[in-house]
Amino acid sequence: MPQQKPATRPSAGLRPGRGGLGSIAVITFILIAVAQYMIFMYVPDDATLGLIQRIFYFHVASAWNALLAFGVVFVASILYLAKGERRYDALAYSSAEIGVLFTSLVLITGPIWGKISWNQWWTWDPRLTTTLILWFIYVAYLLIRMAADEPEKRARFAAVFGILGFIDVPIVFFSIRWWRTIHPVVISWQGAAMEKSMLQTMIVSFVAFSFLFVYLLINRLRVEAMQDEVAQLKERLQGTR
Amino acid sequence: MSFLRKVGLLAWKDLRAEFRTKEMISAMLIFALLVIVIFAFAFDPSRDEVRSIFGGLIWVAFFFAGILGLNRSFANERLNDALHGLMLSPVDHSAIYFGKLLGTWAFMTIVEVIALPVFIVIYNYAPSGSWLLAIAVILLATLGFVAIGTFLAALTANTKASEVLLPVILFPIIIPVVIGAVEATRGVFGGLPLDDFVTWFKVLAVYDAIFIAVPFLLFEYLLEV
Repeated sequence: MPQQKPATRPSAGLRPGRGGLGSIAVITFILIAVAQYMIFMYVPDDATLGLIQRIFYFHVASAWNALLAFGVVFVASILYLAKGERRYDALAYSSAEIGVLFTSLVLITGPIWGKISWNQWWTWDPRLTTTLILWFIYVAYLLIRMAADEPEKRARFAAVFGILGFIDVPIVFFSIRWWRTIHPVVISWQGAAMEKSMLQTMIVSFVAFSFLFVYLLINRLRVEAMQDEVAQLKERLQGTR
Repeated sequence: MSFLRKVGLLAWKDLRAEFRTKEMISAMLIFALLVIVIFAFAFDPSRDEVRSIFGGLIWVAFFFAGILGLNRSFANERLNDALHGLMLSPVDHSAIYFGKLLGTWAFMTIVEVIALPVFIVIYNYAPSGSWLLAIAVILLATLGFVAIGTFLAALTANTKASEVLLPVILFPIIIPVVIGAVEATRGVFGGLPLDDFVTWFKVLAVYDAIFIAVPFLLFEYLLEV
């Protein structure tokens, strides 16, 4: 059997225990259920926007999760380059996938809300545009992972791009903001002074979505660990043949 | 040998190789011209609005042409394993990055300097404003583009489907350069007072500084084999 580099060996710490996952699943389920109840039953219709305003609890919580996920990618990428351990690579990859998922949700729920309340699907507002670019950057991250074939090289390239992309995001945001101040701004963001029940619902949604993120991340990490195991078993099989 | 001299020699190597065939520069130039000609069919080129979008048009052409050059910059070194030769030569790996950066920067600037007058002629555009500022915009924006472009070209050169991958991963990252270049060019050629668009010079300069520093730190990780 060929000698493996430490970077490609699945680390024992990668695989979380079954028991911990179960309790997180239960907590996530209850929190999501409570959040749904609050969003659809507890909170009143928005005075000006009406029913459609309820999509905001999903929208903002998804945006929060996306940010969280890409932050994890950034930190895990740095750790991977510093230590070269496979588990940091797995963490960055899993988190990036989940981040792209939630960014997609933000980009889908946003225009649905915008069509009703702004009467147009899209505006080239700094926040919207930055989110779109963010989506492109992390889709690019996933494409790099698909294009590099050796696991060690894939991990290294992805980590480099994960760091680069995260540094780029604030620069993109500010340049787009200055760009929009030169052009006429069609829609301005009203300062949102939220009603008490709305704030409660928003906080519960945030917490529920954060748990959902952790739950998805742990599950995704387990899949990575299993894939590593399958790869190792395959290699052993070929060795005995 | 000083670091700068090593960088200069590495860039000189690329320039000499290119000037023997002129393969890449001519392809980039023709492609840039074609993009501008295609644009003429996308809208009515004799309309007055062309004046306000001219800055955007030229940069789309330049950046698209630049992708051609970047795709070749490291792919060429893979022939006969030349990249390993470079890595074994007694220079710091970052010198390879800066050498490649300088070479591509020179190629793109040459293409831009030749293509820009042609664009102005075929669109009957009458630029006002200072030529010195125009040159500054071209140099700064092109530097930002090749700084990050060279870095990512080194990354994609080591993957399958490298030529397809580079534009897809490069364009989202260079959005600030695109905005800065277009707005600064609009300001300079529109003859606006400097105060109106000096922000964009700052954006370009800051972007250049950051995206020369970050690859400088991370380039080592792309070259390990």
